[in-house]
Amino acid sequence: MAIDVIGLTAERAAALLRGRACTAEELAQAYLDRIAAVDGEIHSYLHVDPERTLAAAREQDAAGVDGLAGVPIAYKDLLSTRGVPTTAGSRILKGFVPIEDADVVRWGNEAGLVSLGKTNLDEFAMGSSTEHSAYGPTRNPWDPTRVPGGSSGGSAAVVAAGCAPWALGTDTGGSIRQPAAFCGLVGLMPTYGSVSRFGVVAFACSLEQVGPMTLTVRDAALLQQVIARDTDRDATCTGPRAPIEVPEPGRLDGITFGVPRVELEAGVEEGVRARFDESLAIAESLGARLVDVDLPYARHGLAAYYVIAPAEASANLSRFDGVRYGLRVDAPDVRAMYEATRDAGFGAEVKRRIMIGTYALSAGYHDAYYVQAQRVRTLIRRDFDAAFGDVDAILLPTAPSVAFPIGARLDDPLAMYANDIFTLPVNLAGIPALSVPNGLSEGLPTGLQIIGPAHSENLLLRLGAAFEAEHAFDPVPPGLRSAA
Amino acid sequence: MSGAWQRNGYEAVIGLEIHVQLNTASKMFCACPNRYGDEPNTNVCMVCLAHPGALPVANAEAVRQSARVGLALGCRIPAASEFSRKQYFYPDSPKAYQISQYDQPLCAEGSFHVPGEGAFSVRITRAHLEEDAAKMIHAGGDAGRIQGSAGSVVDFNRAGTPLLEIVTEPDLRSPEDARRFLTLLRATVVAIGASDCDMEKGSLRADANVSIRPLGSEEYGTKTELKNMNSFRFLERGIEAELERQLGLVRAGEAVRQETLHFDPATGGLTSLRSKEEAHDYRYFPEPDLLPVAQDPDDLAALAGQLPELPVARFARLTGAGLPEATALLLATEVELAAYYDDLAGRVGDAKVAANWVMGELQAHLNAAGIVADATPVTPERLAGLVALVVAGTINQTSAKEVFQALVEDPAATAAGVVGGRGLAQVGDADELGAIVDRVLADHPDEVAAFRGGREQVVGFLVGQCMKASGGRADAKALQALLRERLTA
Repeated sequence: MAIDVIGLTAERAAALLRGRACTAEELAQAYLDRIAAVDGEIHSYLHVDPERTLAAAREQDAAGVDGLAGVPIAYKDLLSTRGVPTTAGSRILKGFVPIEDADVVRWGNEAGLVSLGKTNLDEFAMGSSTEHSAYGPTRNPWDPTRVPGGSSGGSAAVVAAGCAPWALGTDTGGSIRQPAAFCGLVGLMPTYGSVSRFGVVAFACSLEQVGPMTLTVRDAALLQQVIARDTDRDATCTGPRAPIEVPEPGRLDGITFGVPRVELEAGVEEGVRARFDESLAIAESLGARLVDVDLPYARHGLAAYYVIAPAEASANLSRFDGVRYGLRVDAPDVRAMYEATRDAGFGAEVKRRIMIGTYALSAGYHDAYYVQAQRVRTLIRRDFDAAFGDVDAILLPTAPSVAFPIGARLDDPLAMYANDIFTLPVNLAGIPALSVPNGLSEGLPTGLQIIGPAHSENLLLRLGAAFEAEHAFDPVPPGLRSAA
Repeated sequence: MSGAWQRNGYEAVIGLEIHVQLNTASKMFCACPNRYGDEPNTNVCMVCLAHPGALPVANAEAVRQSARVGLALGCRIPAASEFSRKQYFYPDSPKAYQISQYDQPLCAEGSFHVPGEGAFSVRITRAHLEEDAAKMIHAGGDAGRIQGSAGSVVDFNRAGTPLLEIVTEPDLRSPEDARRFLTLLRATVVAIGASDCDMEKGSLRADANVSIRPLGSEEYGTKTELKNMNSFRFLERGIEAELERQLGLVRAGEAVRQETLHFDPATGGLTSLRSKEEAHDYRYFPEPDLLPVAQDPDDLAALAGQLPELPVARFARLTGAGLPEATALLLATEVELAAYYDDLAGRVGDAKVAANWVMGELQAHLNAAGIVADATPVTPERLAGLVALVVAGTINQTSAKEVFQALVEDPAATAAGVVGGRGLAQVGDADELGAIVDRVLADHPDEVAAFRGGREQVVGFLVGQCMKASGGRADAKALQALLRERLTA
């Protein structure tokens, strides 16, 4: 049968497979056809291996599909895949083939998910537009002249373009939520320590988590069930505190939302603000109460983040030295080899962050930058703790703007960084947040960010499902619908 | 202090940094075997090769063994300690940072007593847990240096093996004290079972911080750091050489430069590795991939209670039992020998007699055979059988040596069996001895006359002749008495 994969949710795909409406192989082939048709323009995949994908699908067919088995998925190319190239969007890892799967990939395999390939990203997840990939930018399926957001822009674009039913991304400062918002998707950044980071090419260890990027809130819950597990390979991961539940939409009686009014004054686009205010009205119409919350230190999140994340990154990226794997540029002695290799292997944004991080940790500056930023981080965490004494969850736009044109912010790092102003503080606090589609502005998707206390994923998913039902958002970009 | 190094109005100020490689089954942060001597790059995984995405998980047994060593060094074990990243680029460091500990070490503020003549104590600054680097081999160029080498290869088997770094305060005052301290510290760690502390294999490594200062001064002079002293003798010699070098500089009116020096045991020379200006900025920061290490006070109390008898306590016990300090010190520092001794002493029931046998015949045999005490076929049980025969007067010392040798050569033999089989029982019977004495005196009339003429020393020769005539079996005491009796009759 001909399968229309555009707008096909993972939950529906699983139902088709279980109902024998199609085989896993046919489903995988339908996505591969779709990728072949549109990914030349979107450029969301860095690595697709049809033979491997079809073999994996046939294996699921042979085993007899059950649960999510046979449902395809795309992985951000920051996640290690055994035997399949993993580049982190960097020239320095061109051709690198991991010897082990990331825990989340292993669990995806255990659940029977069939990998369609590896998705594009900002190099080492450093960026908010996917323009910093060494392999070229990804385009937004809603408007190919615009960015899909980042750093998980490839994962967002594949799902929005119907090139995968869902995908995994990673979020260090907004890298799941912002591209989900820019591409009209659901994105969940889980509580720090609830998903294993083993096998995730590290950018900033204390900030990042793997999470789902999906067409629906229910799909996000289903994928979170697969990846949120305890592991003995990540000392900071203890899994979820309670099993993840797949939510049903409902009323919000008894729920109190906090709205940080002061934060909203800072440069939010008019259309984004209007959609956000509409969602506040929806919340009230569903029975929720809105109160103002003050997060006085959260507005220093950007500054603290751009010390802590580069500091960790400067150490994490030191291993790319040309000695054991990846790119090596030969030189007369070892120091020159390091310098030539790293100069050729890293892009400008990565170099910028390594320089910032190295500086922030240097003798004489360490206390003024790194230690001070950690103090601010503690204060931000306390801001949220205090707020959650009064409210169940906090609402903010996911990003202050809609997807911006490709190239618009490349020469202005501060403007690029500022796009994450509403998402960064959440990573600093280590708490979960869900971005759900929040209607269009200028024909482009906007996102509603729901932030909750640690391990409140089930609450966030339930709240997200309620907004999702009210918005009845169509996640298929109009241009693609007609193209199909 | 008898051991202090003092020359021309200056005294030595020495502190040590000791690296102990723990003998856990697996590496510090991954499940790879922690094993010396395997084929290069066989005990490796994505963690200890620092592949992208690899994460460390701390080895709980290494933490436990480190706490035990810390307790033995009188350290405080804080309720929480923290791993940190120490950053430097070098091919032996796969992540380009070493996971170590910085301002919150596992063990803090200890004190270690070195007993015996010129006893002294050394304050322990800290003991922290970290991972070892890989091993590099440089081909061509300067021996053992990456600069100018034609090529270098790296063996990552050692990368990530657990190291406990023990840092002392600058409390040592002579190269000899440094050696004594390290010897006893080694014995303590070996007794605990945390490491084999084999300096040849590099499982015990010591660096020394050395300076001199005018006698009576409270301030420290500029220190240098000495590396690569891979034996107790080299440690002593290296520090001695550096103290002399510093004294020469100071007496010539020159300043000591803060630098790291490499001691070459072959030439006794010291070469500069790097100066203070070239020192690394390690850019330490807390390791975000690991949680702080929590120590439960009850667990620590239990660990402390389960420590074996430590060398310092053993020394006190043995000197208390009347053994000479030198003997007690040797037994305190050599674990296998001490265990042997304790076993033998228990069977023999006399500390000194047991010590004499261990320090005499047994040591000579072990040295000749090149084995440790628990590898000898002459078990404490078999030796005790021999000692009992000597104590009972059944055999004399001469025969005892022969029996001991027989026990070495035939693992199935017993002392009593050898004595019986070879007829080594002592001749103490007055009639039998009398006959021998009479025959010897009759054969040596000149010597008898000389004795009677006042040359008493001749008696030694006559005793020897009688012993020979008895086949070495004569009871020496009885023989002496009988001989004197006959000569003076």
